[in-house]
Amino acid sequence: MAMRRVAIIGSGQSRFRFRRDDATYAELVREGVRLALEDAGIGIERIGAVVYALAPDALIGVSNAERWGAEAVGVDKPMMRLNTGGATGISAVQAGFYHIASGLFDVVLVAGADKVGECGHAQVVLNKIWDPLYERALPLNAINMLSLSAVRYMAKYGMTEEHMAMTTVKNRHNAARNPNAHLRDEVTLQQVLDSPTLCWPIKRLDACPQSSGGAAVVLASEEVARKLCPRPAWVRGVGNCAESYFMGDRMGPKAPQDHADATALGHSFQAAYRMAGLSRPAEEIDVAELYAPFSNTEYHAIDATGVCAKGQSVRLMERGHFELDGPFPVNPSGGTQCTNPIAVTAMLRVIEAALQVMHKAGEHQVPDVQTAIASGNGGDHQFFGTMVLSSDPG
Amino acid sequence: MGEKILSRIEKWELTYTHSMGETASHFFHEIKNHRRLVGRRAPKAGRVLMPPRAFSDIDFEETTDWVPVANEGRIESFTIVCQQFPGMPVPPYAIGFVLLDGADTALGGFIRGVDLTEPRAAAEKLKIGTRVQVKYRDKPEGNVLDFWFEPA
Repeated sequence: MAMRRVAIIGSGQSRFRFRRDDATYAELVREGVRLALEDAGIGIERIGAVVYALAPDALIGVSNAERWGAEAVGVDKPMMRLNTGGATGISAVQAGFYHIASGLFDVVLVAGADKVGECGHAQVVLNKIWDPLYERALPLNAINMLSLSAVRYMAKYGMTEEHMAMTTVKNRHNAARNPNAHLRDEVTLQQVLDSPTLCWPIKRLDACPQSSGGAAVVLASEEVARKLCPRPAWVRGVGNCAESYFMGDRMGPKAPQDHADATALGHSFQAAYRMAGLSRPAEEIDVAELYAPFSNTEYHAIDATGVCAKGQSVRLMERGHFELDGPFPVNPSGGTQCTNPIAVTAMLRVIEAALQVMHKAGEHQVPDVQTAIASGNGGDHQFFGTMVLSSDPG
Repeated sequence: MGEKILSRIEKWELTYTHSMGETASHFFHEIKNHRRLVGRRAPKAGRVLMPPRAFSDIDFEETTDWVPVANEGRIESFTIVCQQFPGMPVPPYAIGFVLLDGADTALGGFIRGVDLTEPRAAAEKLKIGTRVQVKYRDKPEGNVLDFWFEPA
């Protein structure tokens, strides 16, 4: 494929919390952009095009709020908005990659923000992703959709509520070392198990928060990256894959996928690995930032990376395999479970994977990272985006 | 600046009149008139789609004919909702997906007739594979709340 090499040369993110009453939506976008430009060591005039990350409008209560955010990404530039639900942030970085790989642009800014804490009805907004005929009235929402997945994963692979709690304990431990994370208090297994049930088996401490803040990434062509950045994170592979719209199509003996698993996420990782030339993920990848808003979903996401057989992630979690100092650290930042500003959550997965490759992750840095992966999940398994980042331009 | 930060409350009240289209309309007419559930056959994929759809996503072919399925089947997944979400029913309630006999995809609905006071105990009674029956309300209105599932 005649593609140009592309690298991440800078990133920025807010210190996320439930609400940011001190700043407007556009000011939060600018906060991420300013930090990313500083990190990349360039001014806004170097940006050739902008990809803007914004999930469902109703979450922030402003239609086409990219109009408002446009003032924070620089005027007189090509700009497009991307919305793939929870995957929005990684889709936007992928689009930025395409802009440069194609040869059309040299430096691209990817930016966005969210203020989920201002929406009193987040699950009502998310309920509207289902069709108004058959499923919306059940009523489905993001939490019970993934509880339905958890129940199948439990039956298929023997995951228990204790296993789910182990994920939370690990991620909170990591988030305590990440100054930008939203939920930074460490918790015990028992605290997770004793927390109130939201939608069984998901309890309050299995769930992600609603977060506010901004984030941005600067992508550059090889020529620019080599001039500006001593250790860029090269985008070596990207992937995308969708599953059926109807959750019930992922159940029963004739189902092409199982709602327990994240089959299309696996396909998306395989596509990214092919592009990156990876064939033995368990040995070739040093760390993973996987989109997992609820504790149970980290298991099917790990399975989808191919570092272990399906269902084996549960056994490996018991042995500390995915901890910060384990053989395959997953979500060293604390992940989506600790920080969820929806429009930029999947961008944070890319940013955190890039920080690991660039050796700039601070207290949650995994030693000697050369290759990292990131993922984002949107809708009900419709948008699975993946990315391979490496210190080696390939 | 040290001053109190002000805020404004905004409420969105939007009304839509969604057409159900021919396929879903027939599904709900069958419920209303005959208290039966009908799926659509997707011959190339070899599946009976429930709920019925005009085309099959696997092969992109149109579905060809209506297939009545049984008023019973097995639970394929469930959850017990214990949290009050704004504008949603008062908890606890159970929802789940059921593979009805004669269908190849699972249908979502409420599951009633199980004591949900203790979610872990209730989960045992709703576990995957549990046989359930379809129940209909006395005066179906032509929507998904016309039916629900109860352990057989």
